[in-house]
Amino acid sequence: MTVPIECRQDETFVLNLGPQHPATHGVLRVKLTLDGEYIVEAEPVLGYIHRMHEKMAEDRNFAQFMPNTARMDYLHALAFNHGYCLVVERAAGIEVPERAEYIRVITVELNRLISHILWWAAFLLDLGGFTPLLYAFDDREQVLDLLERVTGSRLTYCYFRFGGVYNDIDDEFITGTYAFIKRLRSRMPTQYHALVTGNIILQKRLKGIGIITEEQSRRYGCTGPVARGSGINYDIRKNEPYSVYPEFDFDVPVYHECDSMARYMVRMDEMEQSMRIIEQALDKLPDGPVKAKVPKILKPAEGDYWASVETARGNLGHRLVCDGKKNPYKLKLRSPTFCNLSCFAEVSEGMLLADALAFMGSLDLVIPEIDR
Amino acid sequence: MSIVEETRIALLEMFPEFAAADAAARAAADKIDDEMETMIDEMDSIEPATEGDAPAGGDDEVEAAEPAEAATEPVPEPEEPEEEGPRENGVMLTDHAARGTDIDVLCAPDQVVQAARIMDESGFFLEAITGVDWIKDDKLEVIYDYNQYGQEQCRVVVRTLIPRSEPEIPTISDVMPSANWHERETHDFYGIKFIGHPHLIPILLPEDADFHPLLKDFKP
Repeated sequence: MTVPIECRQDETFVLNLGPQHPATHGVLRVKLTLDGEYIVEAEPVLGYIHRMHEKMAEDRNFAQFMPNTARMDYLHALAFNHGYCLVVERAAGIEVPERAEYIRVITVELNRLISHILWWAAFLLDLGGFTPLLYAFDDREQVLDLLERVTGSRLTYCYFRFGGVYNDIDDEFITGTYAFIKRLRSRMPTQYHALVTGNIILQKRLKGIGIITEEQSRRYGCTGPVARGSGINYDIRKNEPYSVYPEFDFDVPVYHECDSMARYMVRMDEMEQSMRIIEQALDKLPDGPVKAKVPKILKPAEGDYWASVETARGNLGHRLVCDGKKNPYKLKLRSPTFCNLSCFAEVSEGMLLADALAFMGSLDLVIPEIDR
Repeated sequence: MSIVEETRIALLEMFPEFAAADAAARAAADKIDDEMETMIDEMDSIEPATEGDAPAGGDDEVEAAEPAEAATEPVPEPEEPEEEGPRENGVMLTDHAARGTDIDVLCAPDQVVQAARIMDESGFFLEAITGVDWIKDDKLEVIYDYNQYGQEQCRVVVRTLIPRSEPEIPTISDVMPSANWHERETHDFYGIKFIGHPHLIPILLPEDADFHPLLKDFKP
């Protein structure tokens, strides 16, 4: 398709940011109209790695779609496992044993932790700080090893099954997780907060930049740390409790500054809360089976079902429409970053290009999840 | 009043024919509640019996109205479970534990903007828009999911059916800016034209895509 080149009368010009740009963490293109260094108009162009997961869901049976779920959000793959399991379990009326629920929570929270750690590293890389990346990868590696022990993979997990999990956790995993949390707790104040959070350069780059007001957040359907950084106390784990989350004592960090720093602080605090949840879950871990007896081929009753989970980036929703056959009639994926990014055009108007990149980083974009 | 109940009443604005009957039913239910309260006041001794009835009256005003006001017109029951045959337009309460949604609205295609406006005024945000291809009935279903940030659960799904041969529906992107991308995505996948959309070009599919992969008769 050829697009006629528009000759602009004013002094503005068009700049393509991406699709191959280190700051977009994947193949996202933003068509920017700039006036000097200020953004007049920004239009995110998506779809560079669109794989039509929703179509794939329609022509395979329920269990066969499970590996696909991990390939959307590769940083918090277990939450996508969890979301899909929840909606299918709701449709088919499957009960999950308690031990399996605990294991789900432990692994999902570990995964959330390393998702935030990697976001932190990549975000600071965008801002020009290289050292934190090395510290972050050191910590992340520990969790990857732990998760590899139980799930069998390091990134694109396919660990959850309808009615439980694939594999029980062992003592080595439990002691390893305790040790990791102890280690991360001791590193948090120094490597994370003293080195980075208190840094004056970071503060000047983030404070007061990229303001998403509460009203904007609602109109654009923002969820997760983006909404919580805008002063909205909304976390699916609390608002719409699923799994065994109601049994744990944890807080939902909310910041009212609405800027990039608020979103940064929400994620840093959330890491602390995830560690609290993991510790409580490990302390209370009940005995029992880790998988319910579920038929190999599921045929849920006709109707449509919705289930939401809280991923590291926000509200992940699945809408499943069943027609009584062995594959989904329709599966809709509501990915959190897709909605969070949609406010970019409005918020970045009038911003400096360098600030817009910092703002984009603070949204925590994972492109495969946007493009699905 | 719970948020689900408030939202249900707000949404009934779309269906004036039900709203009048519902208001009558609610008034009747209130009357029963009042009567019951006075009865409870009067007869403290039979508390257990009245207690058993009271939650039913508070929860489901329509059910409560039935025995009381037989003189008023038979109240249309929006809570009816899905029967065989097409469902009528209206507002239906659903079980959150079983379905994941609290309120289910079926409306005419030209009412979706009104629904969006009601949801916007009630402080809801748009969660997703999607379609379903009911090729056997020659219909496309468009589904709007709304949710809110409150501590109480209330997820609203608004659905409408449009003919497959002429898939057109008014846009809600001027009411809810987040609908802009969701509508573009739905247009990509189902070819549904959102009339009045400012920028209805492919978002996830290639820029020159003229196919709609989620239609059931799509051949790659």
